[in-house]
Amino acid sequence: MSSKPRIATCSLAGCFGCHMSILDIDERILQLIELVDFDKSPIDDLKHFTGRCAIGLVEGGCCNEENVHVLQEFRRHCDILVSVGECAICGGIPAMRNNIPLKECMDEAYRNGPTVYNPSGVLPNDTALPLVLDRVYPCHEVVKIDYHIQGCPPPADAIWQTLVALLNNRPVELPYEVLKYD
Amino acid sequence: MTDIGHAVRQICAVYHNDASRLMDIIEAVQSRYGCVSSEAMNLIAQALGIPRVEVHSTVSFYSFLSNRPKGRVIIRLCSDPIDEMFGMLPVANTFEETLGVHVGETTADGAITLEWTPCIGMSDQAPAALINDVVVTYLSTDKAREIVAELRRSGDPRKLVHRLGDGHNAHPLVRAMVHNNIRRKGPVVLADLPPGAALRKALAMSPIEVIRDIKTSRLRGRGGAGFPTGMKWEFTRQAEGARKFVICNADEGEPGTFKDRVILTEYADLMFEGMTIAGYAIGAKEGILYLRGEYAYLRPLLEHILQVRRDAGLLGRDICGKRGFEFDIRIQLGAGAYVCGEETSLLSSCEGRRGDPKNRPPFPAQKGYLGCPTSVNNVETFCCVARILDRGPGWFAEIGSKGSPGTKLFSVSGDCAAPGVYEYPFGITLAELLRDVGAEDVQAVQVGGPSGQLVGPDSFGRRLEYDDLATGGSIMIFNSSRDLVHIVRKFLEFFADESCGYCTPCRVGNVLLLRKIEEILHDRGSPDDLHYLEELSATVKFASRCGLGQTSPNTVLSLLRNFPEVLKRRLKPPAGEFLATFDIRAALADTERLVGRSSVMYAP
Ligand SMILES: Cc1cc2nc3c(=O)[nH]c(=O)nc-3n(C[C@H](O)[C@H](O)[C@H](O)COP(=O)(O)O)c2cc1C
Ligand code: SF4
Ligand code: SF4
Ligand code: FES
Repeated sequence: MSSKPRIATCSLAGCFGCHMSILDIDERILQLIELVDFDKSPIDDLKHFTGRCAIGLVEGGCCNEENVHVLQEFRRHCDILVSVGECAICGGIPAMRNNIPLKECMDEAYRNGPTVYNPSGVLPNDTALPLVLDRVYPCHEVVKIDYHIQGCPPPADAIWQTLVALLNNRPVELPYEVLKYD
Repeated sequence: MTDIGHAVRQICAVYHNDASRLMDIIEAVQSRYGCVSSEAMNLIAQALGIPRVEVHSTVSFYSFLSNRPKGRVIIRLCSDPIDEMFGMLPVANTFEETLGVHVGETTADGAITLEWTPCIGMSDQAPAALINDVVVTYLSTDKAREIVAELRRSGDPRKLVHRLGDGHNAHPLVRAMVHNNIRRKGPVVLADLPPGAALRKALAMSPIEVIRDIKTSRLRGRGGAGFPTGMKWEFTRQAEGARKFVICNADEGEPGTFKDRVILTEYADLMFEGMTIAGYAIGAKEGILYLRGEYAYLRPLLEHILQVRRDAGLLGRDICGKRGFEFDIRIQLGAGAYVCGEETSLLSSCEGRRGDPKNRPPFPAQKGYLGCPTSVNNVETFCCVARILDRGPGWFAEIGSKGSPGTKLFSVSGDCAAPGVYEYPFGITLAELLRDVGAEDVQAVQVGGPSGQLVGPDSFGRRLEYDDLATGGSIMIFNSSRDLVHIVRKFLEFFADESCGYCTPCRVGNVLLLRKIEEILHDRGSPDDLHYLEELSATVKFASRCGLGQTSPNTVLSLLRNFPEVLKRRLKPPAGEFLATFDIRAALADTERLVGRSSVMYAP
């Protein structure tokens, strides 16, 4: 195993937009490969952790037990855990269901929705399917999160600057323009 | 019932259809109809020629106002920790049981509503409650049952008062069971002065000379902020404006403070005299006493004293024979909102609006009530003013300590032998005060109310004065059996409830602080929470718009600084990856029930 620090990324209840933004660092991806090795991540399609990681980047909040499990794994294997983007930080679009009772959500999705055909009215209960949670949780309500990078998605520059600062153990400098969204 | 239209128009006409008297109009409508219904709001808006939403916004702001009918009798139990310490919870349970409702509900027959309310200014005779305007003190479960029986029998809260309190509490216009509990009188506030004596001395001088005397006395405001009174008056005098105002802040909402109640009961003349002197000094013809709604039971007495002063030529035109000096005072009744003690919220409230603070600058001295230069001072400050004019600024400045001349009234409550009001020269140590009030086994003292600080024995040698332990008067004592984290939680609940909601750091921040403290109380706190509390407190203090949010985190910060071990005892690092506050089983329970199978990943 090389001595480069390792980083891992995951997408929980997110849209992959934040991962697109990670890739949006353009040619700096080559510099990044020089700096780090990727561990578990959709980018290299590694399904399991292979070792201890310096940094874990988390996109999306937790809407089901599998999200929780992955997040737990990330906390176990990463020294620093970063919530990336609105969904990880606040729950984002998926959390819109938080104001609607769970049963109503289920009924709309699997029983009464205009495009649903489900005469027996059974709710998906195969053991291969993760169970949804009572509501969508932001990551920092489940495990300790060390940093948050806001944005939907956060600009590539913000992600890049944060990574470089963390890897070099320097304070991150995020100029106003990088974090201004209106 | 179509006559509501007629009645509302009549009420509005009493106030000359003046929209700035909206508070009085709403209070009058409510006292007649039990609430300010949607229809009544429309009628008020029409009569005053203002948008309906303005009426609605005032009605919805104050906890004593309602747009829905409540019980004919409203029982408001004090929710503060002091009352809890003296047995409020069993009392509340008894009320719930005998009435058959929960707190927050009205009996099915519409007779009685049961509610919580923050400190009603009776912390020295806790547990206490307001029943409509009637104060009931030293409650017990037996008394609760008797109260319900009497209310069921007669429906008249006045019949609950059997034995009257001392002094003016027994006055025919008051008839309250409240006790003054004056434990120590001093030379400045709790001392007699024949009405008019100080005023005549003031009128023998020029207004500028009066202000000079106040400046020489180095009097500082007694309401909390400690601003030099002479300087405030000078600014108000110098500000441009044909119409100026003197306002006396008798909102006394800081939990654990009740010294203004005692002044209003026994020394109102002294206070009115101070206000009149202020009117002369700054060139104001009009004064307002902003009386908190909880003290409505004192209003008839205060109106009476004003009338006696008018009849004696101490108010009105050509006061004390001084040609051209004209001054009168009206009473503005509040309606249960702590933030209205903040001087700019108080101005909004006097103007008939919701008690939102205003931006500063301009300061009230430049643009205050109705945009006119206004000096807002505390009840006790005005009493000091009258005494200074009577005895001279040199006499006053000799009392107390260097930076804090004069005396201070302390409202002492909690674990001590003799709760009540104490007048001391500034500069006495907390230890001396604790000895005199008979406090033993003291774990902590909350100095200055929830917005002040919680200090422990290592601070008992500190002095009660502006430059050390500052306080508007509230001293709450907690012995070693009390749970300080719980007390801080109660204080945060108070701030979260009383935040006017205008700015996010206070509206949201106080709720987040409260949640975190509750997690710690429920043994789900982790060592990281200390840092979280520290940072969030700093943000709320720094970014809030008015004094409420700028001081509300003090209770948390002083717990962190002065009682770290009390907090740390309750914190433990989480065992696995999950935070102690996250419960995966609880998060899955509903779904498991709905789909009819248990989780495999997180099996029960
Ligand atoms: C939330 C809040 C509540 C306050 N409540 C009171 C009060 O009940 N009585 C009071 O005199 N001052 C209160 N104050 C202080 C007033 O804003 C103001 O400083 C004071 O009335 C000025 O009078 P003084 O100079 O005589 O002290 C409060 C301030 C804040 C921020
Ligand atoms: S934050 Fe925005 S971009 Fe990122 S996962 Fe959520 S919705 Fe997609
Ligand atoms: S700090 Fe802000 S929200 Fe809180 S009471 Fe003041 S203005 Fe209202
Ligand atoms: S009346 Fe209850 S604390 Fe003041």
